[in-house]
Amino acid sequence: MQTKSSEARTGWLLIAPPAVVTFLLLAAPLVTVLVYSVLTGSRGAVSLPVTGENYYNIFRTAGGNILEKLGDGSVWDMLKMRNWAGIADIFSSAPFLLVIGRAIFVAVMVTLVTVLLAYPIAYFVSFHVQSSKKSLWLFLITIPFWTSYIIRVALWRTILGYDGIVDSSLMGLGIMDTQLNVLQYGVTSIIITLSHAYAPFAVLPIFVSLEKVDRSLLEAGQDLGESKWRTFLRVTLPLSMPGVIAAVLIVFIPTAGDYVTPELIGAGKVPMVSNFVETQLLKSRNFAMGSALAATAMIVVALISVAFLLLNRRFIGGRK
Amino acid sequence: MSADKRQTMIEFRDIQKYYGDYHALRGINGTIRAGEFFSLLGPSGCGKTTLLRTIAGFEGIDSGAVLIDGKDMSSVPANMRPTNMVFQSYAIFPHMSVAENVAFGLRRDPRSKAEKAAAVEEALGMVGLKGYGGRAAHALSGGQRQRVALARALILKPKVLLLDEPLSALDKKMREHMQVELIKLQRQVGITFILVTHDQEEALVMSDRIAVMFEGQIAQLADPETLYRRPNSRKVADFIGTMNFIPCEILSENAGGYEVDIKGLGRVTLSADQVASDENSGTPAVGLRPEALTLLFPGQTSDERKVPGKIDEVIYFGDMTSYDVFIGGTDIEVRLSMRNVPGRPVMDVGTGVELSWSPSALVLFR
Repeated sequence: MQTKSSEARTGWLLIAPPAVVTFLLLAAPLVTVLVYSVLTGSRGAVSLPVTGENYYNIFRTAGGNILEKLGDGSVWDMLKMRNWAGIADIFSSAPFLLVIGRAIFVAVMVTLVTVLLAYPIAYFVSFHVQSSKKSLWLFLITIPFWTSYIIRVALWRTILGYDGIVDSSLMGLGIMDTQLNVLQYGVTSIIITLSHAYAPFAVLPIFVSLEKVDRSLLEAGQDLGESKWRTFLRVTLPLSMPGVIAAVLIVFIPTAGDYVTPELIGAGKVPMVSNFVETQLLKSRNFAMGSALAATAMIVVALISVAFLLLNRRFIGGRK
Repeated sequence: MSADKRQTMIEFRDIQKYYGDYHALRGINGTIRAGEFFSLLGPSGCGKTTLLRTIAGFEGIDSGAVLIDGKDMSSVPANMRPTNMVFQSYAIFPHMSVAENVAFGLRRDPRSKAEKAAAVEEALGMVGLKGYGGRAAHALSGGQRQRVALARALILKPKVLLLDEPLSALDKKMREHMQVELIKLQRQVGITFILVTHDQEEALVMSDRIAVMFEGQIAQLADPETLYRRPNSRKVADFIGTMNFIPCEILSENAGGYEVDIKGLGRVTLSADQVASDENSGTPAVGLRPEALTLLFPGQTSDERKVPGKIDEVIYFGDMTSYDVFIGGTDIEVRLSMRNVPGRPVMDVGTGVELSWSPSALVLFR
């Protein structure tokens, strides 16, 4: 019979190896990035003094710093006046903001598409597939993972590119008479490619939360006078929200930081924030600027994620 | 709300139901009257829950019809039927408060928000949960969940309330308490209650009438007293309460009645109403309930017929004692129960005793 403290010791011993790895490979680099981001950068080196210059540069636009503009209300006025051209001007004169904004936009779109596509799949497998065949279905859903992501991206190029499968099909059927070349619309093709890649990640958590929904609750909903659709909206959907929230975070966070897809699909012409970080760190060798950009992107993603969680807090916890 | 008890609320017309090859309901016929407390009683797998679910509209039927208040329900979906159900698991929505659960079915109710809130409070008061509206549903005990499920169904004033083994998850004390509360509630609201249960005691205690089901068929539909005193088949007699079966020989028939020679008890004449209608009970036997036999304690006499016996087993329950007694040698054993009134001893195993009994308590199974 082990005492409580010796059990605790065993526990610590068990998690020690992963804890060491996590500290060395996650915490230490993260601290390094944060420290570098407030140092003065020069080519290939960082040095004192401590400065906020790097962060200031990220938010600098032609008309002045965006944070100041947010402060004096001029950006809000533009939004209120629907002065989209003004907004576009801000971004076109601020390359760092542009890539962060683009990354967030792509991540939001990919999350929307992925979750909207994944929900019906998860629902179908959970509610309409025999229990004995559910594992098989989940297994089939993971088939895309059998191929390397790089190869899948390359395949999307042949599907979406000039004279690719989409174009030749549309023209062959007489629907279009010119090459559509979806690939030239960089952001669209990035969204399509990423959505396809992340769909299985979204299916699984939604499936798990749907499996946990007590089926008698659905009968109760109908028994109390609601149609199947209304019962879905009032019972199934809220009860599966923990899975949806998990799916949103699982898809949103990595896609916002995706590096490979814009590099390969857009031929680097529509970079997202990670591509800029790479340029700063490895090409310009400005470690301070690259670190500040990485830290800013991380903070923006974290803020959006936390805000999303707070908005949906009534769905998380609170039930056994 | 007092409904005319002669009026028919539900009618089953030759209902057949298959699950693949399995014949779940085999020709169910019968009627349930308005305002009565009706029970579907039977062992697990007899089709009682399936029958309840066909009333609610959760199960389709392969042929026949369910009529509620005179209307054929075959094309009416579950959400449009004038029935509400209390589920075995209670099916309380875990993401809602108690009040939101109770108000679930009121979405399309034209009343104002305040009126609806008052109705919710009234329904909660009816089930003894006044002031619980703000609680989270998942923080309730089993008994409280059941009350919420009741309030949620009753607030919609259904014509029929369906209860699917609602008490089976509660402990014994709580179960007995809820039985009484349900009876009171049913009298108060006057709605037709249909209870599914495998507990014969529960059915006897609570119901106006009971349908005993075996293998997808109704074996007997009657009031509790008739079921207990005059079961129409050996199977029903065996399922409800304890019944001593004593083999007998049929000597002669006279206007529906019989003269029989009962092993160990001797010759008796039984009237027509003492004969179970089912003619396929196997070898003829008479049934005798434990309380129809009296153990004569030393010094006691009886005008009834008597039979000598020897005590084989004694089980002490506190308020009463159950005896297994051999009569007529060791061929036939009967069980009887005696109340432990003050001054009455508990007899020992092996004691020779005398039992008294009356022929009028017998039922003949042919």
